[in-house]
Amino acid sequence: MFLSEFDSKRLLREYGIGTVEEALAREADEAARRAGELGYPVAVKLCAAGLAHKTERGLVRLGLADEPAVRAAAADLLGRREPGEGDARLLVQRMVGGRRELILGLTRDRQFGPCVMVGFGGILAEAVGDIAFRVAPLSRTDALEMLSDLQTAHLLDAFRGEPAVDREALAAALVALGRIGVEHPEVRSIDVNPMIVCGDRPVAVDALVERE
Amino acid sequence: MSTIERFRPLFFPRGVVISGVSVHPGKWGFLFLHHLVRFGYEGKVFPIRRDGAEVLERRSYRSIEEIPSGEADLLLVCTPTAINEGLLRAAGRKGVRAAFVAAGGYGETGEEGGRLERALVAAADESGMVLAGPNGQGLVSTGAKLCAQMAAPYPPPGRISAVSQSGNLLSSFGHYATMTGVGISKAISCGNSAQLGIDDYLEYFADDPDTAVSFAYLEGVRDGRRFFERVLRCSRRKPVVVLKGGGTPRGQSAASSHTGSLASDDRVFDGLCRQTGMRRAETLEEAYEAAATFATQPLPRGKRVLIFTAAGGWGVLCADACVRAGLEVVALPPDLRAEVDALLPSRWSRGNPVDMAAGESRETIPTLLDLVTRHPDVDAVLYLGIGIQAANAEVLRSGPFYPRHGLGRIVAFHQRQEARYAEAAKEVSERYGKPVLCASELVVTDRAGRNPAPRAVAAGGRILYPSAHRAVRALAHLVGYAGWRRRRGL
Repeated sequence: MFLSEFDSKRLLREYGIGTVEEALAREADEAARRAGELGYPVAVKLCAAGLAHKTERGLVRLGLADEPAVRAAAADLLGRREPGEGDARLLVQRMVGGRRELILGLTRDRQFGPCVMVGFGGILAEAVGDIAFRVAPLSRTDALEMLSDLQTAHLLDAFRGEPAVDREALAAALVALGRIGVEHPEVRSIDVNPMIVCGDRPVAVDALVERE
Repeated sequence: MSTIERFRPLFFPRGVVISGVSVHPGKWGFLFLHHLVRFGYEGKVFPIRRDGAEVLERRSYRSIEEIPSGEADLLLVCTPTAINEGLLRAAGRKGVRAAFVAAGGYGETGEEGGRLERALVAAADESGMVLAGPNGQGLVSTGAKLCAQMAAPYPPPGRISAVSQSGNLLSSFGHYATMTGVGISKAISCGNSAQLGIDDYLEYFADDPDTAVSFAYLEGVRDGRRFFERVLRCSRRKPVVVLKGGGTPRGQSAASSHTGSLASDDRVFDGLCRQTGMRRAETLEEAYEAAATFATQPLPRGKRVLIFTAAGGWGVLCADACVRAGLEVVALPPDLRAEVDALLPSRWSRGNPVDMAAGESRETIPTLLDLVTRHPDVDAVLYLGIGIQAANAEVLRSGPFYPRHGLGRIVAFHQRQEARYAEAAKEVSERYGKPVLCASELVVTDRAGRNPAPRAVAAGGRILYPSAHRAVRALAHLVGYAGWRRRRGL
């Protein structure tokens, strides 16, 4: 069963992984208030435990520039709830800018147990296939080596006017995912996808934690 | 009990019992006895046959009960599954402390075989025996002159120890050792690994003072977590080279996440190798050459390579291979360039690769090898083209004018020089504690064995790599392992 996107990222924050700033809202007024607090532009998504395939169902609105846009999106998203999704909330997020996207994850290998992954491409990661795995727990050295394993590792350096990625922060996130794998046997998998590099800082924008 | 104590009866047995000895030279039970005797095992040998008939000019015993107590440590099992559990228990009562079960028909055949295999393990455990196999090809331990296997070869002694889930692959590995002379300390075909798994053997090899490097061929591991943790410990102590075959297709269970769908067995295993410092090879010859290089060359301090070549093309290709393998072809330091300048005619390359452009003379190669290896900006040296002069000398020697017109003298000179170069390469490597790898295709192309260069390199106990690419590949394993150690403060 999948935790909600909000609860998924709350777990990541408990382990020190930087996530996008976000807040839950019950209805359009509250969503507009939260958006004002976070600062525009924002994204609004429908958010509930067990809710996957949000993009495919049209439950994600990006780049909302002002309050009317937030109110309209909120009303529309709440109207798209299906039977059984009555508890679904609105998740309001500050938009994060950055041209480099990564995927980070945790899976349980049937032979080697909890394994941590990093890859380039964010939502394109499966097509790009430039990924590296390590067995949890990872040391900081393991995590830094893992980043260097990527064929496109040079994209983590200063690139087209963007600064070098804070590799220590990225390595710390990988170490943290490994710790979750070791300390939470009930967590079956985690996808952090995408992890957007904003300036030099990796930020978990979407995340999905799967539990037993 | 230490691993050394635990494995002693397997690899250093005081006596060997063979069950199921046959008089038919095609049977395993014959071959085990034959090879044991043929390669000079010095302990007592107790062949068991139901009829007690003589075999290979020695008496046999009708049953394990006839064998004196406390004289044999190792039991080689070639008898059918039905009797082996009882055989192990009886052997245990006679003081036998290790069993190698060559017989098949166990876990590899299905459920009933699996049950028999578990019974075998129980018998071994209860008798305090280590159990290798079942379904294995045998083992060798050159330190004990022990060739307890039913296949070729019995490799020369050396400092590589090997464990393999495939008996045939172990034979191939041994053939490389026989060909190059860089030999084996212990090798075992672990079969179904019913009691002792790959990681048990690797742990023993890590503890074993006669082993400098371990090699493992595996297709799967039983307990992945345990394997990971133990291999990590082994690799911190000495290098481990691994070759992994096939494996089972991935189940569907983990496909609910992106991460799970990307986690192929191969990618996860590759990550595990990088994490544990285990060096993963893609082919058997790469695995052997990596292991043999670990066994015979010092570890480099870094990845800066100097290419020392008798002629241009080899150096160019080698430089390309270095870059692809992640090695650095170091810019030739000015002080080194000045020193080399004083020794070579002006047409030399004046850069790295150091291309002598056929400008070498009587003393320059040993002197140059010393200079380039000594330099603090150089971590490793690749020496290409050894044997080239002797190859040409052979044309002179086999022609119609030999030994007249001065040919006798020049041929003898070149043959002597090649041996000197090989010796110099080894000397400077040892003097400065840096790898110096020689490469020449002559090691495989000179089928008649007339060229002295391959012989001279082998006489020094090292490998002559058949190409610059293979030398680069082997060196990259050393550089990779050394870097892994350095980043962990080892």
